[in-house]
Formats: sequence, structure tokens, C-alpha cells
Amino acid sequence: MTMSDGRAAVVAGHGAFAAGMVSAVARIVGEAHGLVPVDNEEGTPDTIAAAIARALDAAGATVCFTDLPAGSCTMAARRLARARPGLVIVTGASLPVLLAYATGGDVDAAVRAGQAALVATAPAA
Amino acid sequence: MTLELFRIDDRLVHGQVVIGWGLPHALGFLVVVDDEIAAAPWEQELYRMGTPEGMEVRFATVDEAAAALPAYRADPRAGMLLTADITTMARLIEAAPSVAAVTIGGLHHRADRVPRLRFVFLSPAEAAALRALAARGVAIAAQDVPTSAPVPLEAVLAADGTE
Repeated sequence: MTMSDGRAAVVAGHGAFAAGMVSAVARIVGEAHGLVPVDNEEGTPDTIAAAIARALDAAGATVCFTDLPAGSCTMAARRLARARPGLVIVTGASLPVLLAYATGGDVDAAVRAGQAALVATAPAA
Repeated sequence: MTLELFRIDDRLVHGQVVIGWGLPHALGFLVVVDDEIAAAPWEQELYRMGTPEGMEVRFATVDEAAAALPAYRADPRAGMLLTADITTMARLIEAAPSVAAVTIGGLHHRADRVPRLRFVFLSPAEAAALRALAARGVAIAAQDVPTSAPVPLEAVLAADGTE
């Protein structure tokens, strides 16, 4: 897989969250982003874990971004991590997080980018 | 408030539970009833990691949960009790017949199951087990999130997954 400056990673979440996020990343940095989406449409814990494992293996990835800390994909990824001690799981993924990772390949920097992007603007007086 | 929801969901603690139901019902605690998880600290930690601040998760075997139901109900917080399968819920109700209503929140595709609803797949044995629960007076409906209409058991069993 070719990428910009980042590394491969799996993005997994509820419904079409992952496909939507990866589509948005592609719009911004192009198709060579290294992110592989795994959408969860009514999967079981076992089928979700299997889908994430296949995506990790296919991409040669050791990072998995998920949406909700309590989500089924996060739980499945955490179960996978028992057998894959090197697997890094980042919950609460957003577009700024994924863009930072796709372009820089640094998990910590991606998390910081997500935290920095989360801003509520007060209404104008 | 009290333990007000009994849910069968093969994912146990996940987004629909902690957010979808947790926020509108202001759930303060969850009880995961599962004999294997009750003996697996690592699994328990996994579920605790996914639970938001202010929501307690307890783990119990069927026997422990049956004995503790009065205490769960006396809890001033709103709570939900979860099992991953029909068999476990049926065992709990056998031991604690006071359970009046059960919601099927998610039972997904498996080789021996046929589709009933988008989020409910049942084997013939599971369908029979649900009928047996209904026959003893337990109100059973399928409902994944609070904003969707509950589907009564008879309608679930009459459906073919094409809704």
C-alpha cells in the first residue's frame, strides 16, 4: 500500500462511520492515505473482530482508530489486542485525528490534533 | 429510579447501551449477567474501559444476579441488566420469576439463526425459548434504541428480516 507520509491504519466504527471518514480523508489528502475502513452494520462481536483482523492483516497495520470508547468496534479491537500486543487503539477518532495520522504517521500527534480541533465557539453577543 | 430494563444483546455493553439508552434513561448502573465474564477479570476490565464516567458496571453470575435483584431494584439510580443470550435471561427468570418484561436489543447472524428483524436473528430453539418466556407472562419485545418502536414478540416471530 502506498501512502502519503503516514502509515497504514484501520478505521472502524458504527454504521458507515469508517467509510465516511476515510472518504473525507481521501477528499483532502488524496487516495494514498493508508486508511482502511471497517464498517459495522449489525455485526456480532466475533464478526466485527474478524473484519478488523482481516483489515489489519491486509494493510499490515498496527493501529486501529475507532469511534466510541464503548462501541462494539472498540471492544472488538481491544479483544484483538490480547493476541496482538503491538496493536494501538485510538478511540474517539475524528477527521482531524485521521488526517494528522494519514499525513504524519504519529499516533500521539494525531491525538493532539484531535484534541486541538475540538473547539466550541460562543455565540456572538 | 430502579433497575428498569432487562435487555438481551450479544454485544452486551456497547454504544446503543451506554449512549442510546444510557443518556435518555440516565442510567447509573449496568449489570452484566454472564457466568463466564463474572469469572474473567480481564473481560470485566474491557467492559469497564468502555463505560462512561458516572455509569457503574457490575458483573454477576445468574445465581448471584437472581439473589441480588431486590438490591438492584432498591438502587436509587436507573439501571439496565444485560445478558448476551436468551438462555442466560431464561435462567435468570427461572431463578427470579419477578422479571416482568425483557427487550431483545440485538441477536445477530449466526449459522443456525434465521433473520427476523434487522437486528434480531433467531434459531428455532431460541424462538421456542422466547415463546416459553412469554407463556409464563414475561412481556417480550425487540427494540434496539429508545427512539425506535418496540416490536412485540409475535410480530418478531412472524417477520422474515425484510422489514
